[in-house]
Amino acid sequence: MTRTSRRPGTTTASVVGVVAAGVPLAVLAVFFVLPVGGMLARGFVDDGTFDPGGVLQVLTRPRVHRVLAFTVLSAGSATVLAVLLGVPAAYVLSRLRFPGVRLLRAVVVVPFVLPTVVVGVAFRQLFAASGPLGGLGLDGTPVAIVLALVFFNIAVVVRTVGAQWDGLDPRREEAAAALGARPAQVWWTVTLPALRPAIVSAASVVFLFCATAFGVVLTLGGLRYATVETEIYLLTTTFLDLQAAAALSLLQILAVVALLLLAHRARATEVALARVDRPRRRPRPRDAWAFVVLGLVLALVVAPVATLVARSLRTADGWGFDHYRALAAGPTEGGSNALRVPVTTAVENSLRIAVDATVVAVVLGLLVVLVTTRPRPAGRRAARWARALDGIFMLPLGVSAVTLGFGFLVTLDRPPLDLRSSGMLVPIAQAMVALPLVVRVLSPVLGSIDDRQRQAAATLGAGPLRVLRDVDLALVWRPLLAAAGFAFAVSLGEFGATSFLSRADRPTLPVVIFQLISRPGVDNAAMATAAAVVLGALIVTVMALVELMPRRGRIA
Amino acid sequence: MRAEVHHQSVPSDQHRSSQQRPRGPRRRAGLALAAAVSLLATACSAGGGGDSQDAEDTVVLVTHSSFNVPDEVLDAFTDQHGYTVEVQAAGDAGELANRLVLTRNSPLGDVVFGIDNTFASRVVDEGVLADYTPATLPAGAEEHVLPDATAAGQLTPVDRGDVCVNIDDGWFADNDVPPPATLEDLTKPAYRDLFVTPGAATSSPGMAFLLATISHFGEEDWQDYWRELIANGAKLTSGWTDAYTVDFTAGGGDGDRPIVLSYASSPPFTIPEDGEEPTTSALLDTCFRQVEYAGVIAGAANPEGAQALVDFFVGGEFQAALPESMYVFPVSDEVELPEAWSRFAEVADTPHDLLPALIDQQRDTWLKEWNEVVTR
Repeated sequence: MTRTSRRPGTTTASVVGVVAAGVPLAVLAVFFVLPVGGMLARGFVDDGTFDPGGVLQVLTRPRVHRVLAFTVLSAGSATVLAVLLGVPAAYVLSRLRFPGVRLLRAVVVVPFVLPTVVVGVAFRQLFAASGPLGGLGLDGTPVAIVLALVFFNIAVVVRTVGAQWDGLDPRREEAAAALGARPAQVWWTVTLPALRPAIVSAASVVFLFCATAFGVVLTLGGLRYATVETEIYLLTTTFLDLQAAAALSLLQILAVVALLLLAHRARATEVALARVDRPRRRPRPRDAWAFVVLGLVLALVVAPVATLVARSLRTADGWGFDHYRALAAGPTEGGSNALRVPVTTAVENSLRIAVDATVVAVVLGLLVVLVTTRPRPAGRRAARWARALDGIFMLPLGVSAVTLGFGFLVTLDRPPLDLRSSGMLVPIAQAMVALPLVVRVLSPVLGSIDDRQRQAAATLGAGPLRVLRDVDLALVWRPLLAAAGFAFAVSLGEFGATSFLSRADRPTLPVVIFQLISRPGVDNAAMATAAAVVLGALIVTVMALVELMPRRGRIA
Repeated sequence: MRAEVHHQSVPSDQHRSSQQRPRGPRRRAGLALAAAVSLLATACSAGGGGDSQDAEDTVVLVTHSSFNVPDEVLDAFTDQHGYTVEVQAAGDAGELANRLVLTRNSPLGDVVFGIDNTFASRVVDEGVLADYTPATLPAGAEEHVLPDATAAGQLTPVDRGDVCVNIDDGWFADNDVPPPATLEDLTKPAYRDLFVTPGAATSSPGMAFLLATISHFGEEDWQDYWRELIANGAKLTSGWTDAYTVDFTAGGGDGDRPIVLSYASSPPFTIPEDGEEPTTSALLDTCFRQVEYAGVIAGAANPEGAQALVDFFVGGEFQAALPESMYVFPVSDEVELPEAWSRFAEVADTPHDLLPALIDQQRDTWLKEWNEVVTR
């Protein structure tokens, strides 16, 4: 189908395209570029004079080199490990049918939302010399940090790759097998190339998450191991050395850009796929190895969670639900006075904010993806713009939450952008974190839709919006659910920006957990773990609901 | 926006599934949809309500994340003065100070609570605060007023807490080891591998402990002490939480170190349910005193309300609520302490301290030197 034949719709389509790209860009400009730019500017301007030399000087400090090397090394190994474990797990969880598979799919996502501070303490309890795995001698080592990073991020790989795998047309693989290819050959020549966009997407997100991980590195790394992110935190909150913090933030931005360029090259050979729905099949004996990997993943996910659950149930005289009851009681009816509100109120706050954040992230994410993945007959320049747009929305993942949080305070402080005390700031900040994930989950799926499906619809008389609805949205329905679930999970678990911006009388669950865990008293610590278990249960429920949604209908 | 997404995708899919799917999944799908719909219906924008109050009716309190008093106490303030208190709490004392410094051209609120004696000089020197202190202070508060004249005119002492080495008395009795008492004891072979403390760079009690050692051993010799401490197997964690709850033997986490850096107010929390006395105690020769201050922020939108709130902070009602809700001692001698506190939360007679101006001037240098010593 050529451009000429669609001329009547072209003008509308490009107007829609500009609006679709403009809205998310405007939001990103106000809630990301402006605050981060504001903090960078404060670093570059020293005593009223522009002093870029001072910032560059920081980059020559030996400590900065050590910090940078450790960041790349730890995030890199965690990413590799997460992909090696996550891809087979995604295979089992999205291609096979066996009892309990839906529950397992929900369970794998739990770590993603647990507050890092609590998980940090759970990992330390596991690995401390006196803990159940103390014999491994991992307490305070980089290995413990990497394992914790994998623990948090394995869900990204399982979900992103799973969403792609779920809709792959099996006929290509079947055809290859029928032509005599061995299973390994089918994997290397057919399946892997088709999955590659999703794997690269997931790996780049995981790397950025690991590179900007904060609470868990601080807890497990102690004082010996610092990453760029923990260093920015120390420089900003303890030393008020904005120049050095700006230098490191700049480094993060450059790293994101470099990573995106690399990821783009690796994704370059996307395969056009006709996405079809198909029943999941029963496991065969040769799937055994994938189940072994899934077992490892579950062990990694379950061990720290089990530590948490056990601690939350242990009372002074045995076992019981005392800490959960204390949580629900709140400050006035015999609960801990460390709580300002009963935990039910915090749960309600969390859910409300998460719904808002999810809506914002999904709507913006969908707009971005629709713009970036629509085929552009106009030529290379448009394609390059689309790619740049796609990359820009990854930036929030790679830039320090501390820089962003302080940036909010110093830039969104006067009309027309006097937003510091607005209640919408929390969901919007969370949506900024979730948006890249939504884009990464949807982008490979929409990008791999065979454009001939759209062309066929257009030939049959469908206008551009009708094509959008009946081809793009119909095919993306299930990944969209996955993305929404992810955004919801991110919002429920988000702590950094939330603790910075949320109002004390409307705490979210992670904020309450942090308050409890920083107070003296064994009971408060145990209540914090109980609240973390509640948070985990909440996300399993939400994810299970997503699982129960009908799978996408077959397109006639 | 929400309704649009909802109508666009959900009904069409339900329609499809009713054509193609057997009964079971459809019922489940219906359940899931119902749950999702009710979730959407109950959820509303977090921005709604509460934001529209006039500046004249509201006092915005900027504080750290440990700020926590019962609603009745703040309600009492509203009853007396007619202002509603809006609390903006985030970060620790250091982060609070730096937030104020960064936003001094457009203040975050009217009143700050939680600037401690280690960060007082920074906010005063940066001109963050307006001149105001209550006309009268309660008995006992006077001794905590800052020595510097400008600082004394801007910051009002509200509470104090001692950061002290704590020990697990049970462990020392069971193992027949005489308990330590002084900072010097911690470097003796008898206490090898028994001490855990949060680090000064990442934890404010950790910083207080570093300041205690600098105060005790002097600016010349504190580094030698820390070398000996590390050589004697002292363990450093990043925060108080995991030092106390993971590594300490009496912190609920089955740790293996019976000596921990914590607070003078920690022992009352270790009274067993079937017992009368705490199982831990604080070593009163090892304490550093942290005093927390409140002040009116320069450029406050509601300066009258801000002044009234500072007055309220040193009043009996607020002072009496401090121990149970924030685990600190009131500066006022006039209020009664909870029973467990008056019996078991002992206060050091002569805690270590340093001049706030010296702390502010030397903090970065000390931290860098300390980092060198402990990561070697």
